[in-house]
This record gives sequence, C-alpha cells and structure tokens, in this order.
Amino acid sequence: MTPARKKRLMLVGLMIFGVGVAVALALRAFNSNLMFFYSPTQVVAGEPPKGALFRVGGMVVKGSIQRPGGGMTVRFALTDNRNTITVQYTGILPDLFREGQGIVAKGRLRPDGVFVADEVLAKHDENYMPPEVAGILKKPKGMRTGP
Amino acid sequence: MIPELGHFALILALAVALVQASVPLVGAQLGIERWMRIARPAAWALMLCMAVAFGALSWAFVHDDFSVLYVANNSNTALPLVYKLSAVWGSHEGSLLLWATVLSLWTVAVSLFGRGLPLAMLSRVLSVMGMVSIGFLLFMLLTSNPFERVLPPPLEGRDLNPLLQDPGMAMHPPMLYMGYVGFSVAFAFAIAALIDGRLDAAWARWSRPWTTVAWMFLTLGITLGSWWAYNELGWGGWWFWDPVENASFMPWLVGTALVHSLAVTEKRGAFKAWTVLLAVFAFSLSLLGTFLVRSGVLTSVHAFATDPARGLFILAFLGVVVGGSLLLYAWRAPAVRSHVHFSPVSREAVLLLNNLLLVVTAASILLGTLYPLIVDALGVGKISVGAPYFNAVFVPLTLPLAFLVGVGAMLRWKQDRLERIWRHARWPAAVSLLAGLVLPLLFDHWTWQAALGIGLACWVGLTTLEGLRDRWAGRSRPLAALARTPRAFYGMSLAHFGIAVFVTGIALTTTYSLEKDVRLAPGESYVLGGYEFRMLGVHPVHGPNYEAQQGTLEVWRAGRRVAVLHPEKRVYRVQRNPMTEAAIDAGVLRDLFVALGEPLGSDGAWSVRLYYKPFIRWIWSGGLFMAVGGLLAATDRRYRQLVRRDARAMLEAVEATA
Repeated sequence: MTPARKKRLMLVGLMIFGVGVAVALALRAFNSNLMFFYSPTQVVAGEPPKGALFRVGGMVVKGSIQRPGGGMTVRFALTDNRNTITVQYTGILPDLFREGQGIVAKGRLRPDGVFVADEVLAKHDENYMPPEVAGILKKPKGMRTGP
Repeated sequence: MIPELGHFALILALAVALVQASVPLVGAQLGIERWMRIARPAAWALMLCMAVAFGALSWAFVHDDFSVLYVANNSNTALPLVYKLSAVWGSHEGSLLLWATVLSLWTVAVSLFGRGLPLAMLSRVLSVMGMVSIGFLLFMLLTSNPFERVLPPPLEGRDLNPLLQDPGMAMHPPMLYMGYVGFSVAFAFAIAALIDGRLDAAWARWSRPWTTVAWMFLTLGITLGSWWAYNELGWGGWWFWDPVENASFMPWLVGTALVHSLAVTEKRGAFKAWTVLLAVFAFSLSLLGTFLVRSGVLTSVHAFATDPARGLFILAFLGVVVGGSLLLYAWRAPAVRSHVHFSPVSREAVLLLNNLLLVVTAASILLGTLYPLIVDALGVGKISVGAPYFNAVFVPLTLPLAFLVGVGAMLRWKQDRLERIWRHARWPAAVSLLAGLVLPLLFDHWTWQAALGIGLACWVGLTTLEGLRDRWAGRSRPLAALARTPRAFYGMSLAHFGIAVFVTGIALTTTYSLEKDVRLAPGESYVLGGYEFRMLGVHPVHGPNYEAQQGTLEVWRAGRRVAVLHPEKRVYRVQRNPMTEAAIDAGVLRDLFVALGEPLGSDGAWSVRLYYKPFIRWIWSGGLFMAVGGLLAATDRRYRQLVRRDARAMLEAVEATA
C-alpha cells in the first residue's frame, strides 16, 4: 500500500470507529432514558408499564391542592377532563403552578394509584399550554362556550 | 408616524438587499468591475435602513407607543427604561429585527476590514450575506412585522415577561445573535470560495479572525444564558439540556471545530473541503437554532407564540440554505480538495480527532433534540429525551477531547515524536494523577467523579502551561522569546486554560452540591454543608412594577455571620405571574443560594430552597477565559498587518492614479 492509501485507510477507520462509538453510546443512552408521556386516561387504563418512570400531563383540578399537615408534601388532582389521578410531590412547586393550569409531572405510579412525582413543570407564560397537554385536553361534555 | 417610518425602512432594506445579493455577484462572475463596486455602498445603505428600523422600534418602546402591537404586548409604562430598551428584542418579532440588524452590522464590518480582499471575492462574500438578509427581511415582512398597529390602542401595555427583566437576559440575546450571525461571515466566505473554485491559505487567513470573533460572541452569549438561568429560574441549575440551550450549543460545537480546522487550512493547506463543510454546518445550525427557538415547536421557556406560517417559512429558508450550499458543495468541492500528508503523530492528526469528536458530539445532541419532534410527527407517541441521555453521550465524547487539548497544542505540525511529547507531559501527568487522588479529600468525601474531574482539569491546565514554557525554556533570551510569541498563541493557551477552569467547576459543582427544600418558620434554622441558615421572617416590599414578599435569612458559620440574604417572591402587577427572585451569596469557592417557595400554615412559615454550590462560578469563568482567549487570537498582529498592508497598497494605488 502506498503511504497515501495507508493514511486514508487509517482516517476512514478512525471515523468509522468514532461514529460507531457514538452510535453505541447514543443507543444505550436512548434505551434507558427515553421518557414516554401519558394522559390521566391512559394512566387509569393501566397503559404505562409498572414501575416505569414516565411523564403525565393535564390540568390541575380547582380546589384539589392539599398540604397534609402544612408540610413540604403536596397532593393535587390532575385531569384531562375525562379521568383524574392523584399526584403527590414533596418540595417546592414551580412559580406558575396553580389551579386550572396545565402542568407536566415526571415520576412513577405507586401501586395504590397515586402518581409520585419527582419533578413538576409549569411553563413560564401564563397563556402557555404544554403542547402535549393541549393535545389531550378534551372539553367536558355539555360545556358551552360563551356566557 | 415613526413606526411607519420603521416599516418603510424595512421594505427599503429588502430592496437594497436584493440589489446587494444580485448585482455584485453577477459582476464578479462576468468581470464587470462597476457592478462589483456596488457591493460596499449597498452594505452601508442596508445598515442605514436597519438602523432606522431598529431605532424606530426602540423609539416606540421608549415613548410607550402602545398602538404598536409588539410594544403593547411586551412593555408597560412602569417598566424601567433599561428593560424597555431590552424589550425591543424580548420577543419574536423584535428578536428577528435584532438578527437582521446585527447581520447588516457584520456586513458593513466585512466591507470595512475586507478592503484588501480581491474585489471579486469581496463582492461574492457581500452578495451571499445579502441573500441571507433577504431571507430574514422577507420573514419579518411576511410573517412577523414588528411594526404592526393595533386599533384602538390599549391604554396600558401587557408588560415584559418578568423572567426577562434581568441584566443577564438583557445582554444574552445580542451576544448570542452576534455569534449566530457572525457565522454567516464564515458561511459567506465558504460559499464565495466554492463559487470561485479557489480555496487557498489566504482564504483561510481571511475568514479565520471573523470565525473566531463570532465564536467568541457565541461563547459569551451561552455563558450569559447559563448564568441567567441560574439567577432567574430559581432552581439553582446552570444547564438543563433544554432544547433551546442545545440549539445554541450545537453551532458552538461545530463552530469550535471550524475554528480548529481553519487553523489547519491556513497553516498547512489541509482539510479544505472539510472546513468549507463545517462553515456551512455552523451557519445552518445557527439558523436551525433560530427555527427551534422561535417557531414554537418546542416546549420551552423561549417558545412564545405558535404560528405555523412562521415555522414553515424558516423550514423552507433552512431548506434553501442547506440544500443550496450542499448542492454547490457537491458540484465544486472536488476542485478544492487538498492533498497534504501528515503523520499520525502530528498536530494535524490531533486536530482531526478534535473535529471528529466535536462533530459527533454535536450530531448526538442534534439527534436527542430532534428525536421527540420526529417521533411526534410520525404519530408513534409522545416522548421526551432528558438530561440523562445528553450526559451519557456528552461526557464520554468530550473526555478524550479535554485529554488531548494540551498535548495537541504542544505537538508540531506535519510530524512529531512521541518521546519528545512524553518528556514535556511527564510532570503534568504525575502532578495531575496526584492531584486527582488527593485533592478530593479536602471535600467531605472522595468520589471518583471528583478525582477524574480534578485530575483532568490539572492535566489540561498544566499541559497548556507546559506548552507556554516550551516557548522560552532553553532559549538564550527567554523574555525576548516570550515577546516574540504571537498573540494568537497566548489566546489559544488562555482559551484552553479556560477548559481547565470549566472542568473544575463542573466536576466539583455536580459532585459536592447540597440541596434541601425545607419548611422554615421565623426563628427556625437549618444547617446545610456546615452553614446555618436562620430564617428571620418574610415581609412585603414594593418594587417599581411588582409587589413582593421578601424574606430575610442570616447565614452563620462557626459563630460568625457570613451573609444576610433577601430572597423574594414577586408578583408583577400587569402579568400577575409569581416570580422567584433567588438571593445568592457569591464566592470564588462556593455560592450560597436561597429561594422562597410559598407560605405554609399560619405561623409565618415558608417553604425555602437552600443550596450550597461549591465552585459554580468556575463554570462561567471558564467561558470568560475562552472568550477572552478568542478575542486575543482574533486580534493577532498578522491579521492586523493584513488590513494595514492592504490599506497601504490601496493608498499607493490611489496615488499612482492621481
């Protein structure tokens, strides 16, 4: 082989190796870190795999926020206007978390049906609705628009 | 009246851009000198139009002209003046105006400092930049006119998003855009070279300082953004792998690769086709960044309004830019291929590795950022790719990069010997190993992450210093040797040293940070990381455009009061959004961070978030080092000589004709 060929072969080999390593890393990371999004209806129907980390989104039901014992743990109901689940979170809620607001929570489902969140996201614009949440919210039957 | 003037200036700018994009280019192709000479006055005219438009919008903000929809949506009479001015780029339309204005500034800068370029080359470069201007002006005029009126005008504006009322956020977009748009210069040089079919060392030398300056601005912009997120978002993080952050980080990675591959092209005439491709990608990713941030396809802080027409326009624009450049590349690249030999142990080889790693890293981030969009578009399901993915990919790919950086800078071009490098690298290796093993013991527990981080940071810092020492050690007149060392070398060393600082910051912050959400009533306290946080109470205060609950906490350590912190929970009067204003006691070795949550119960207790963040300032300091290094490198004497020599040549030519 001429030196030029050798060099080119080396370069190509190096690139294949680099890209291979990257793809392997990416696939490995992908498999363990993809997070699926479910609506409360899907959660109630038992769609999320047991014990899996996933995200759930919906509207915080008005009047459902409770702080048992005035401590750091908060419980609230999350709805897509068809089904409702209970979410529990310990810590400080984001600024824009409030009743009637669309939020996304990340966490796991406990066997008793309570969703234990380790992260709650509410977005920074009061008119903003996370696209996933906007997609699943259905208007309740019989709700009229206008006054 | 003034807003109409601004709108008119935009239309005029479009007309000028059309001329700038076509006439000089045709002139360059056909060799008509008078047509080529139109490029520079056109660049000036374009900048003038943009300045008028930008000034008109700023005027509308300063004078609270709420008949302009954009002003009504993003300002308020009670907003402090400095935020009225920064509100000009606080949302979608205005930030596009900023983009186009910055682009016109860069165009004029190129026409000023590029006087010495061959006329045909300069004309082509300015033409390509004109084409980019057309894209942005059309986008603004067709879908996002910042001067749109609203009738009847509201009495009061809806105020600027409270999160953006922060000095860091006022400066972040202009810096970021200086970087994004700056890559358009590198892009224009690359396209001009492809059209011309000639790509030599002089070309690389011309486009290099521009690329470095753009890279410097982007570095500053990202650093500021990270600092802002830490200050304003109230949860003490400095990087979230948010799609929008990724959008600015991808052009930075590819831009960093470009800065290095340009060095090889200038010094050795190698990697030519690759350099051109990188220039195209760096700019395309900047456009993609704008697209991702502004079209509303992403769930993010920055996604304001969703308008399909806008998304479609940018997508089409992106298609034209990427598709057109790649077509041109496929057609012309064989003409600029280089045939230069180098050994596996040489600076070229290490820079090749650097490029490979940077580009692969950028590609994996791109994959993680776009994957949820693709999956959603295919209707397979809704997923998100979180920080664990990015960390799992980013860290292993960048570790070898940091490992190679100091050594690569020491290697000679073309061919070197491993024994020589080992002689230089011996003592840094030994010291780093020792530091990595011992220094983490100074903290409360030893972890291998901290050991790896400290060891690597020492290795990067020491090999970089050794590279500097190599310049004078063993010379008969060391000081003269140091003075002779080009400024670009100091710039490079400083930027590489910044990596050491940055790595130290990340390793120690991620390993030793302490965080606690607690309930604190007045008089109660909590001990975190050896610091006692005492809650004194929470009281209402009034701001110019907000009401706030302000907490007072004392921090004590070893019987001494370290700091008094005043975190706030603000409610802005117009938007009614609550906002957490964290209080931070900043230090070189640690930050203490307190944020108020919400009132609990009736005894005046609040939920409070406490953070102890060691070495977090080092992360941003590393970014600053890199930026200053970039500035030093870009102002190296050889580039300035280039300008001066050309100016002299021009003077002589003028005298000869007179």
